[in-house]
Amino acid sequence: MSKVIIKLEADISTDDIYPGRYMATVLPTETPQFCFANRTELNEKLRAGQFPKGSAIVADHNFGCGSSREQAASALKGYELTIVARSMSRIFLQNSINLGLNVVLCPGIEAEEGHDLDIQIDKVTNLTTGKTFETVRLPEARQVIIDAGGLVPYTRKRLMETVR
Amino acid sequence: MTVVEKILARAAGRDAVKAGDVLEPKVDLAMSHENAALVINQFEAIHEGTGIEARPWDSSRIAIIFDHRIPAESPKTATNHKKIRGFVAKHGISKFHDVRGDVGGICHQILPEYGYVRPGFVVVGTDSHTTSHGALGAFSFGVGATEMASAWTLGYAVNIEVPATIKVVVKGDFAPMVGPKDLILHLIGVLTAQGANFRVLEYHGETIRKMTTSGRLAICNMSVEAGATSGIVPADGETMRYLREEAGVTDAITPVTPDPDAVYERVVEIDVSRLAPQIACPHTVDNVKDIGLVAGKPVQQIVIGSCTNGRLDDLAIAAGILRGKKVAPGTRMLVFPASGKIFGQAMDKGYIQDFMKAGAVVMNSGCGPCLGVHEGALGDDETALSTTNRNFKGRMGNPKSEVYLCSPAVAAASAITGVITDPRHA
Repeated sequence: MSKVIIKLEADISTDDIYPGRYMATVLPTETPQFCFANRTELNEKLRAGQFPKGSAIVADHNFGCGSSREQAASALKGYELTIVARSMSRIFLQNSINLGLNVVLCPGIEAEEGHDLDIQIDKVTNLTTGKTFETVRLPEARQVIIDAGGLVPYTRKRLMETVR
Repeated sequence: MTVVEKILARAAGRDAVKAGDVLEPKVDLAMSHENAALVINQFEAIHEGTGIEARPWDSSRIAIIFDHRIPAESPKTATNHKKIRGFVAKHGISKFHDVRGDVGGICHQILPEYGYVRPGFVVVGTDSHTTSHGALGAFSFGVGATEMASAWTLGYAVNIEVPATIKVVVKGDFAPMVGPKDLILHLIGVLTAQGANFRVLEYHGETIRKMTTSGRLAICNMSVEAGATSGIVPADGETMRYLREEAGVTDAITPVTPDPDAVYERVVEIDVSRLAPQIACPHTVDNVKDIGLVAGKPVQQIVIGSCTNGRLDDLAIAAGILRGKKVAPGTRMLVFPASGKIFGQAMDKGYIQDFMKAGAVVMNSGCGPCLGVHEGALGDDETALSTTNRNFKGRMGNPKSEVYLCSPAVAAASAITGVITDPRHA
């Protein structure tokens, strides 16, 4: 079960998630402190850390639009959040998969802060309202990267195969 | 096949591909900027424990251009620069552009300018505006640092889905003081910020054919603002002219054009003959309006430059409007040419003098003001009018400010009045 701790509008950009002025920070251990740095209430909520692992951010369409900066995904990953969005931008979705951030595409999702979600691979159930919403499964080509634990281990495996 | 399908088929060693196919295309050029520091970390992480030496698959196909935070604004950035220089030296990466006034500049200008990009290339870049290079008929798309590290390791992009293509057909002649930037802002407004997500925008029509490479770069640059994986203009005579005459390319160039029976997801037609100057209003790039609806809005900062509109023709338009005039009191104007070469040409033509005499601050070629890293941050409740490519909340460094996007003509006309001004009436 995942508690919704943040609900967001459409077109949340990677500038919202991770402002450009912190881009010199690259270590995944250091990026989470700047997550949503321009939105003080969200930044403080995350940094306070008063939520269980696997808690969810629910977003509208086009989550993660804009810059390719990978820090946007690594900052969220640092809090072990699940992102449930109606849709996501291509680069952010790929970065999330590459880094192992748990992302779920759920075009019809309806949920508010405080609601509890049951997130399965093919559907998300809002346990608070009792409504169920279908997810969009990722293409198999993406799933192999997730199954390998991210793009670093996946590429390492491919590299080893090449050499052998 | 569409242009991108043809390029991907070639790069993946297949006769034919279609949208949705999964491929592993060879990479012709892999571009990074300062975030190469993160790419290097991930590149080393991939090799860790394998016993295999961490060497890029082909150093000659890697380009690294410092542009986002130059000159270094902090010890942290300076240390990242130093680390990258060490990597460049160790692996003999020749397509490296350090912080320099002569051969430095913004990555999306340097790549075309030095002939690094050719028609038919597969280009990956750790920057979302890598879509720019579609202006030269390449399939060019943005990736994250880890995906780049993977490409450096293997020499191909893993598990790429062939994107569907939207054909954009543009006809009509622009009215005076209206141009490519107004077209792309209008198109983003029509498509919306996610309308082309996972898709390619392939540009056609008489207006595109007559457009210079500079204008095509502006259009392809901002294609990502409609969510597009890439924008592309099939290479033509203008592409060849640019590569031969401006980029100094002497070896063989093979243009790629779409088949007559190429399959497009949809076709969007635009007639620009009655298009007014366009403004993207805060805080999304698709919040686009005719200038008449926002004219008169006071602005405290005008920005001209960037990878979108910092080329010589952009500066020529702005300098022509500003010549002999003054930037309005209460308004500050920043100009940053897209590259050192363009800066030099603008000096030779007197544009830099025009800007300086008008009261503008002319800055080094880099990305600083565009993404709020350093140089040109806004104060609380201030408004900027900019020729750059994004107006997300906080983009110029302050979430309590607003950014409006426009063409160089609108920016220059507005600098004189201090309010958003239609250059057709200035």
